[in-house]
Amino acid sequence: MNAHGTVHKYGDDVDTDVIIPARYLNSSDPKELAKNCMEDIDKEFVNKVKEGDIMVAGKNFGCGSSREHAPIAIKASGIACVIAETFARIFYRNSINIGLPIIECPDAAREINAGDDVEIDFDSGKIYDRTTGKEYQGQSFPPFIQEIIKSEGLVNYINNKKL
Amino acid sequence: MSMTMTQKILAAHAGLESCQAGQLIEAKLDLVLGNDVTSPVAIHALDNFKKKEVFDKDKVALVMDHFTPNKDIKSAEHCKCVREFSNDNDITNFYDVGSMGIEHALLPEKGLVVAGDCIIGADSHTCTYGAVGAFSTGVGSTDMAVGMVTGEAWFKVPSALKFVLKNKPAKWISGKDIILTIIGMIGVDGALYRSLEFAGDGIQYLSMDDRFSMSNMAIECGAKNGIFPVDDITREYLKEHGTREWKEYEADEDAPYDEVYEIDLSTLTPVVAFPHLPENTKPVKEAGDVKIDQVVIGSCTNGHISDMQIAADILKGRKVAKGVRVIVIPATQQIYLECIEKGYLRTFVEAGAVVSTPTCGPCLGGHMGILAAGERAVATTNRNFVGRMGHVDSEVYLASPAVAAASAITGKISEPADLGL
Ligand code: SF4
Repeated sequence: MNAHGTVHKYGDDVDTDVIIPARYLNSSDPKELAKNCMEDIDKEFVNKVKEGDIMVAGKNFGCGSSREHAPIAIKASGIACVIAETFARIFYRNSINIGLPIIECPDAAREINAGDDVEIDFDSGKIYDRTTGKEYQGQSFPPFIQEIIKSEGLVNYINNKKL
Repeated sequence: MSMTMTQKILAAHAGLESCQAGQLIEAKLDLVLGNDVTSPVAIHALDNFKKKEVFDKDKVALVMDHFTPNKDIKSAEHCKCVREFSNDNDITNFYDVGSMGIEHALLPEKGLVVAGDCIIGADSHTCTYGAVGAFSTGVGSTDMAVGMVTGEAWFKVPSALKFVLKNKPAKWISGKDIILTIIGMIGVDGALYRSLEFAGDGIQYLSMDDRFSMSNMAIECGAKNGIFPVDDITREYLKEHGTREWKEYEADEDAPYDEVYEIDLSTLTPVVAFPHLPENTKPVKEAGDVKIDQVVIGSCTNGHISDMQIAADILKGRKVAKGVRVIVIPATQQIYLECIEKGYLRTFVEAGAVVSTPTCGPCLGGHMGILAAGERAVATTNRNFVGRMGHVDSEVYLASPAVAAASAITGKISEPADLGL
């Protein structure tokens, strides 16, 4: 599995309240949520983002409330992968559970710039910044998590494996 | 292989001899928890499963607490959805108005969480039950749905930070001061993906309520869980509240810890976390002249009976400062009743405070005490993020019940010593 797209970049401690503000939680429709994704820190995001783009951020991405609407909104907005220095743990598992690929890679998170053209190979965890020509080794997913992501989330995985 | 206390509980629930940090496991669950905000999402997620029945109707707990008694039509619809699901599935532990309380105070009180359990809850403060020696952690709604159907969850086994607590804390120092001090030390992501394991002779001086507030706030430094060893205080609590057998786990002598910190409890003074992160802690002595508009004493962190007692001891025979609104919220119906029996309600009302029925209320900016722009509150809650209790330009200062009550009397951030106590 691969991703290839343009980078949208954010800082440290991006919390789930800014990813999808509480005032929009009356919907659980991914497309509806995507319309307001990131709007409290980046009003332009929803207009700029294209299918397959990549989000890059600093440490503790997705901290705060356990709302699953946050990774759902990011995925539905077209983002193919989020790279961060670190993820808050509930966001980390929620992303995997809904099938949003995420990669921890401190160097890539710091060095990749907004607007860069970036390619990711999920199997190896390799990140290649075509704009700067730099390559990074992100943490690759263990097979179990790769399977969940390939099943497009935990619900399908469980349906196929356990029920 | 030597293991931490958390790792031992996880290994046992995964049917493994041992496990180590970083390993991915699937573990059996003793309880799956949801509230009025997260359960409807999980219940709707069940539509996508091949199987829709819960794995064990006794091992699912659904607690209506965030916007209950319902503050508006939307929250009423959410509770209705959960109520109907509970009826249809014959859920044993469904707690609605009249029997409810804030989930993390209610479950231990009802004996639903015991030492050695493995618990998930679709609420980030599910880590509270580490206080009784259980592994418990917050998850999202999909995890909750999967947990309800299969009785299992996947985990990445965490490594751990050990906090050795030494000596006896001074009179007004509570679990809240200790955990705020720890979060101030290591930061809001200081324990990301990891366990906090508490140890040391200082634990014997901490009541169960102190331990609940400490485990509760483990998530505020990013931790997966925060766990206490089981001692006589725990055993007495479990006996008093317990309906089930419990199992005691102990960390190995040579368990692997990423870091070991020592905290001399006898040197701690009351602290307050300034806006807008729980890591912005300072001794109250150094807080300066911070005038306040509101005080909230309650929440899953500090709405327990001993929190009520501390507040009552300080408010008794005194009057709330002019211009300060004081809202006291006992965390459960049982605590509310005890407040009546012990005369605390009279003390609160006579001092000029209001007392609310159990609810999360203002803690998440839900209802029952929302702040206007520019207003400041001292709260015994656990998060002081931007806009957490209301307007984006309001401020929340986190503190213990003793500091909150003292501040209510003086109208600015204060500690009991400022009242000569
Ligand atoms: S009291 Fe506050 S922190 Fe605790 S469960 Fe309710 S909203 Fe969450």
